[in-house]
Amino acid sequence: MRAVGLNTLRGYRRMAVASRLAIGGSVLLLLIAASAAVSLSMGPVGIPASHVGSIVLSFLGLETVPFGRTEQLVIEQIRLPRILVGAVVGVALGVAGATMQGLFRNPMADPGIIGVSAGGAVGAVAAIATGAASLFFLALPLFAFVGAIAATFLVYGIAAAGGRFSMATLLLAGVAVNAFLGAVVSAIIILLPGADALREVLFWLAGGLDSRAWEHVRIAAPPILAGTFVILLMARDLNLLMLGDDEARSMGVHVGTARVVLLSAAALVTGAAVAVSGTIAFVGLVTPHILRLLIGPDHRVLVPMSALGGAVFVTVADTVARTIIQPAEFRVGVLTAFVGAPFFILLLIRNKRQVYSL
Amino acid sequence: MNGHEPPAIVAEDLSYSVEAQTLLDVVHLHAEQGQFVGIIGPNGAGKSTLLRALSGMLRHQHGAVRLEGTDLRSLSSREVAAALALVPQIAPYTHGFTSFELVLMGRYPHLGRFQIEGREDDRIARDAMRRTDTERFADRTLDTLSGGERQRIFVSRALAQQPRILLLDEPTSNLDVYHQLKVLDLVRQLVDEGLTAVAAIHDLHMAARYCDRLVLLSEGRVLAEGTPDEVLTPEAIESAFGVRCAVYQEPVTGSLAISLIGPADGEDA
Repeated sequence: MRAVGLNTLRGYRRMAVASRLAIGGSVLLLLIAASAAVSLSMGPVGIPASHVGSIVLSFLGLETVPFGRTEQLVIEQIRLPRILVGAVVGVALGVAGATMQGLFRNPMADPGIIGVSAGGAVGAVAAIATGAASLFFLALPLFAFVGAIAATFLVYGIAAAGGRFSMATLLLAGVAVNAFLGAVVSAIIILLPGADALREVLFWLAGGLDSRAWEHVRIAAPPILAGTFVILLMARDLNLLMLGDDEARSMGVHVGTARVVLLSAAALVTGAAVAVSGTIAFVGLVTPHILRLLIGPDHRVLVPMSALGGAVFVTVADTVARTIIQPAEFRVGVLTAFVGAPFFILLLIRNKRQVYSL
Repeated sequence: MNGHEPPAIVAEDLSYSVEAQTLLDVVHLHAEQGQFVGIIGPNGAGKSTLLRALSGMLRHQHGAVRLEGTDLRSLSSREVAAALALVPQIAPYTHGFTSFELVLMGRYPHLGRFQIEGREDDRIARDAMRRTDTERFADRTLDTLSGGERQRIFVSRALAQQPRILLLDEPTSNLDVYHQLKVLDLVRQLVDEGLTAVAAIHDLHMAARYCDRLVLLSEGRVLAEGTPDEVLTPEAIESAFGVRCAVYQEPVTGSLAISLIGPADGEDA
């Protein structure tokens, strides 16, 4: 028996890398555009598609049909920045997930595996508990980012201690540091005075994109795009690293350097994503996973497609999350886990043999 | 012999130990360009370790490996990979890559950072698969192939690397006799075309039949070195493997054959 995914897109996998990129990229970009357009028109203030189009075109000075001032403000100041933050967060989680799964040679790895998310949570909770978050609105993302990167360094430091780096130690150090930081977050929550702060912490931990503004786009996009670019350049090395250190070395990869660069880039993009959205579960795990079944494991295609696929996933999930129980809002992080987990279990059962014969 | 060209690959007084365990003990090996050198010896003699050292994968070893006269340590891993290919003994788990995708990876050391494979690389990969008779597996993932088929895929990938030196770790260990002969015939043919090959081979008969020179390892040391006739003496085999045997010229193929009589510490005769 052949594996499921391979049969469906066999012709695609036979194509050259450039064609695979062009076709897969076009499909996913169309999906992003479509989901963004739907998302822009949906919400407490319904905006017809023609007005959405006109407003977006008016940014380029190409207004087509007249639209209301309120509609323009809603799109410009509320929905568009939120969608953009969601899209770059999706890019980050997709790319980091693909990278971690490659580095750990394990389709179960997710971006949080090296402590990034837990570190980010400690930073964010600390910002709320100390009151810094209410003094300066970018304090929370900055604290979260610093926490995320610090946790990654700690985990890597443990794995590299004594001069002999090992991926197994990295994984175990990640588990230990995640558990420790989780305890720190719990401790802060228990000691938190006041229900408002508590609510704020729990809200952040669930992961969400509400009231994201252009500032959040500005702080998250540059590190995410830079890290993604670095990982794309290293995609070939990732292919070889996935086959084993000896394999990679014998094919000319400088294993130690490649691994540090890839881990740092993945931590950078995940840290930036966590900083502006909290922990949005399952996107980083499921996106590369599904795409690998469809388009194969070649990271030169898988990484960029995971970036775009992650953006689609988060955009769609956030649109559903903020419209499903109007006028209230569901948290996108809760929704992704809600939908992502059962879907993932289904995949697990269907593809047991193919992916998990490790 | 032409005195101007340095040997394709030389190990100079290589020693290597891991946690007080000596795996290689002042080992010397050299392979001239266009030679097929076999490394033989019992399990644990250091054959795989020596191949790893030759491919530049060991760290902190004493002594030097020279690739066409240049110390391996002064070359980048990419420069090494463009000149030298290693066929691993055990095919790694390949995570759903198809055979063709794997063979095409052999082109990586020849591509720039921003470059992706072109038609020429495709052609080289297809050629490599044709030579190992694996073309029909091109679109299949490795977990659907037999051990021998996988091994041939990795031989193909090494060929797609277009190396000047080919290292093989037990290339025939998973193969039936037909494919043992096919793979070694292919290596022999490539060597006759100018490639240099160094292979760890546990089958002494195959080693004698295909190799120009043999290096007999035992407990990390070189016990004997030279042509198959010089190395495969009953005394050397007994001292390395602990078996008594008779060595004679086999009448059908004309190569050396070894009749195993029994363990040297055995009861009989």
